[in-house]
Amino acid sequence: MRAPLSWIREFTPVEAAPADVADALNQLGLEVEEIDEPGREINGVIVAKILDVVPHPDADRIRLADIDYGDGQLRVVCGAPNIEPGMVVPYARLGAVLPGDFKIERRKIRGVVSEGMLCSPRELGLGDDHGGILALAPDAPLGADVREVLGLDDVVFHLAITPNRPDAMGITGVAREIAAAFGLPFTLAAEEPASVVDAIGESRVVVEARDRCPRFVAMTATVTMGPSPDWMQQRLRLAGMRPISNVVDVTNYVMLERCRPLHAFDLGRLAGKGIVVRLATAGEQMETLDGVVRTLTNEDLLICDATGVPQGIAGIMGGADAEVSDSTTEILLESAYFEPTGIARSAKRIGLRSEASARFERGIDPNGTASGAQRAMDLFAEVAGAQPAAGTIDEYPAPVTRPRISVRSARVNALLGTELDATAMQALLTPLGVETEGTGADFVAVAPTFRPDLQREIDVVEEVARRVGLQNIPRTVPSNPAKTGSLTPEQRERRAIADVLVGAGYDEAYTLPLLAPADLTRTGTEGFGVVEVENPLRAEESILRPALLPGLLRAAAFNAAHGTSDVALFELGTVFAPPPLGEPLPRESLSCAMVRTGSVRRAPHEPDRPVTTADVVAVVEALAAELRLADWRLEAVGDALGFHPTRAAAVIVDGQRAGVVGEVAEHARRALDLAVPVVVCELDVAVLAGGRRRPRRASLVSRFPASSIDLAFVVADTVPATAVRETLRAAAGAMGEQVELFDIFRAESLGPGRVSLAFTCSFRAPDRTLTDAEVATLRQAAIDAVVAAHGAELRA
Amino acid sequence: MSRDELIERASDAHSDAAAEIAAASTLDDLTDIDRRYLGKGSPLNTVREAIKTVDGPDRAAVGQAVSAARALIEETIAARRDALSAGDREAALDAERLDLTIGGRDYRRGHLHPVTRIWRELEDVFVGLGYKVAEGPEVELDWYNFEALNFPPGHPARAMQDTLYVRLGEPEQVLLRTHTSPVQIRVMESQRPPIYSVMPGRVFRRDTLDARHSPVFHQIEGLAVDEGITLGDLLGTIEAFIHALFGPNISARFLPSFFPFTEPSVEFAATCVFCEGEGCTVCSKTGWVELGGAGMVDPNVFAAVDIDPERYSGFAFGFGIDRLVQLLYGVDHVKNLWDGDVRFLRQF
Repeated sequence: MRAPLSWIREFTPVEAAPADVADALNQLGLEVEEIDEPGREINGVIVAKILDVVPHPDADRIRLADIDYGDGQLRVVCGAPNIEPGMVVPYARLGAVLPGDFKIERRKIRGVVSEGMLCSPRELGLGDDHGGILALAPDAPLGADVREVLGLDDVVFHLAITPNRPDAMGITGVAREIAAAFGLPFTLAAEEPASVVDAIGESRVVVEARDRCPRFVAMTATVTMGPSPDWMQQRLRLAGMRPISNVVDVTNYVMLERCRPLHAFDLGRLAGKGIVVRLATAGEQMETLDGVVRTLTNEDLLICDATGVPQGIAGIMGGADAEVSDSTTEILLESAYFEPTGIARSAKRIGLRSEASARFERGIDPNGTASGAQRAMDLFAEVAGAQPAAGTIDEYPAPVTRPRISVRSARVNALLGTELDATAMQALLTPLGVETEGTGADFVAVAPTFRPDLQREIDVVEEVARRVGLQNIPRTVPSNPAKTGSLTPEQRERRAIADVLVGAGYDEAYTLPLLAPADLTRTGTEGFGVVEVENPLRAEESILRPALLPGLLRAAAFNAAHGTSDVALFELGTVFAPPPLGEPLPRESLSCAMVRTGSVRRAPHEPDRPVTTADVVAVVEALAAELRLADWRLEAVGDALGFHPTRAAAVIVDGQRAGVVGEVAEHARRALDLAVPVVVCELDVAVLAGGRRRPRRASLVSRFPASSIDLAFVVADTVPATAVRETLRAAAGAMGEQVELFDIFRAESLGPGRVSLAFTCSFRAPDRTLTDAEVATLRQAAIDAVVAAHGAELRA
Repeated sequence: MSRDELIERASDAHSDAAAEIAAASTLDDLTDIDRRYLGKGSPLNTVREAIKTVDGPDRAAVGQAVSAARALIEETIAARRDALSAGDREAALDAERLDLTIGGRDYRRGHLHPVTRIWRELEDVFVGLGYKVAEGPEVELDWYNFEALNFPPGHPARAMQDTLYVRLGEPEQVLLRTHTSPVQIRVMESQRPPIYSVMPGRVFRRDTLDARHSPVFHQIEGLAVDEGITLGDLLGTIEAFIHALFGPNISARFLPSFFPFTEPSVEFAATCVFCEGEGCTVCSKTGWVELGGAGMVDPNVFAAVDIDPERYSGFAFGFGIDRLVQLLYGVDHVKNLWDGDVRFLRQF
């Protein structure tokens, strides 16, 4: 919404500086996005008249114009096609400055000196029109500053109006707020039409869809088509609209002034000269003013001629058939009140938001319908030589009454933290058009119908707050002593998990939770059930991620493509699966994934080495240690989606699979264009953190020395090392302190498919030094257990 | 031998030793001198053994002479040893020299995402102010995201938030939440006042990822419902959090606004942290940086969760975390937050 200050001043005599007016508007919640002084960047442009136009000696498209600028005459070179003798135009004299700090100097154009320049609207910063020189009013005084002639010495407030304030979509609404803020009078003459009739000549109005169109006012008049006067065109331009013709400009003018959208039909082209307001039939089509054929549903409201042929989509856009044109001699003016949500839905469904629909969907004043039409008629008479026909049709079977709102001043103060009495509150409300009744602590506020947002006591509370000014409300904090803040254990643990990963050298990435189906195909994870987005803007963001790894691998590939192939990334985020049976919402779970690619950097101390699965396994171990998991293990897994079939292990917590760690499948690595090793892990945080925990209790640290022995076993290479380790741990019993695998050795001498695993086992008693005999017994027990459990042989 | 002779021999032993010590050039020489002048067959030992040959009263004098000579020799050897070993040590240290500026090995710290950093900071500030942290699903029902929040179907305010819907159930009933406000409804459904909670989380809009937009971003909202909560409490709480986050020189500004789920509604800004209100390019010369929206919980919202608006009142506020990240870390391109580029991530 653009509100020129000069227009505002027609309704309230505000003299404050523009910055102060803007401040007041902001304080009232009419946000000023920009204060535009359109003439500020124009200097030295004056009115001149073209006396003669002669061809340029050396150029076809360029001509020479002799002009009279009041104090003298001179010649300028001009390339615009529309100049002709007698035309009055803006002339930028030598030394003038145009928007964009464009300085006008004497220049030679194809050998002819130009003493300045004639300006197009675009050159003056008046929009994008660069098709020709701006034609000024023929009677504009020569030599006058164009800023005055064009009304560019004005100030325009660009306002962002919230959806609850239809009234502020009109100049009068803005002026009313300013008047209240500065304690000034506000005057608006809202004349009602003289007489209400059922028909004007042959013209009748039939409203079939009453609930969607509670009021319809129609008037007719003969008109003389032509351009609207300069003052009207200037205001429309300042408000951001393009002048079209006197009739159309008047309807737009009244819309901008009073938030009263109107539509003028060419009565001669309106079959039956009447109006039918009805719902469209499903699939019905009509062509709107913009030349687009629209297909409608049975929830779209149509304005039709008397024969039922659509002439406009109610409240949104008119049709081409009965559009006013140069040949129009008689018009029918529509001023209607449409039910707001119906307009909002239609506008959204059709994908068409107009200045009119933006106002109708907020809810314009149903009781300003007739006076708005009268205002337009008066202007038609002024600028289009209109002769109104007698009588006004006003279909308004159920007039909307002003809401009567009971207000408790104590309640207002209790919600705001203020100490105002009822009289003070009433004084704040009156300038907004709210009448009040009652003299006690409780009173009745009678809200105006141009403020549909005022229906309840709380709505009045808000008005009081706006008028008091938020900067005047004392700032306090809630004082309930019982409030204590904390993170939940789950929230603390989530931080701990991220901290472990950061400590392990992983950088946290956020990847979009919206993926393309191709991201799954590429990473071999298309087997996941997915939840689809109904209305994605593009295929790349059309499904909800079923896992983090596809996105995180894409990030790794992004890094490789940008020259960094050694990365360690992790992400903690929600993943989505189709809803469990009978549930409306998808299953969401928190997942934690890691990707490590390329090499582990060790230079210059040692050569770099490629990452291996052990690098990620180490992190899983660290996470398990941080969470003090009592029972977890790795178990080889051959069918994990996206993983290498023989280089992956499931992470089992309390017998439940929390996730998988390993190398990515070879085809995925290639599909992602990653030419380096890629090791990954993805864990379901709920399963991981749901695992039983070791108690957070310290155990005694023995003062006695440990005894260590080394044992090497030859086993089949399908026996997991961790199984042998577990057997050794179990055999060591209470005296066992540590079992560590320190060497893995394969050789032909061991036999095919056999591997040697060497462990250091240390034993220690809490209360004594173990004797050699005790250690020997423990050693034998360990050997016997491994031989029995794994078909192992002890290596000598 | 006489007493005087013995004393003289002790003194001679010292002089001889001193000469040899001065001439010694290696630590081994000193060890040899030590052995010869202080060891078993040394002259001083001979003197000590001869003490018993002198008369009782003279024995003490001889003993003292031997002890004194011995102490002097030990002292001289020690001094010479220090002198000699300093040189050796220097050579040894030279040989041990390492260049630590080569840099560390085998350890590289990772980095938290900048959004996580600010997210945690915000949670900590609000926990300090007495708030708990609540969470809810990212895919929501229309009821929680809109209807219970006083956005009736067809309400123009719905158009303020371009919604991504999910292909589940009835059309447009399951959606990617457009704000974290549905968590407020879930908290009020599951808990009676007093409620003091903040809801950080991920939210979605129908936008495509580019330099300035993202279909996904993060918000934190706060909700206080208790007896006697006022608009003044809301303004004061936001100011308190702005002080906690940015310091005492940064204050809060409030302007009236509109949200369907609050009334009165306000939007709030903080003094620009870069120019402290002077006006700079970050704040478009206004001195203020818009942060978010807030207001008193609308009675219709209380009705949806069956909380008596006559007994309880409440406030709610919300703002974007990503925006704060962009502001505080000077991140110009939203895309940087999402592409996982380590050149970006390793800066934090």
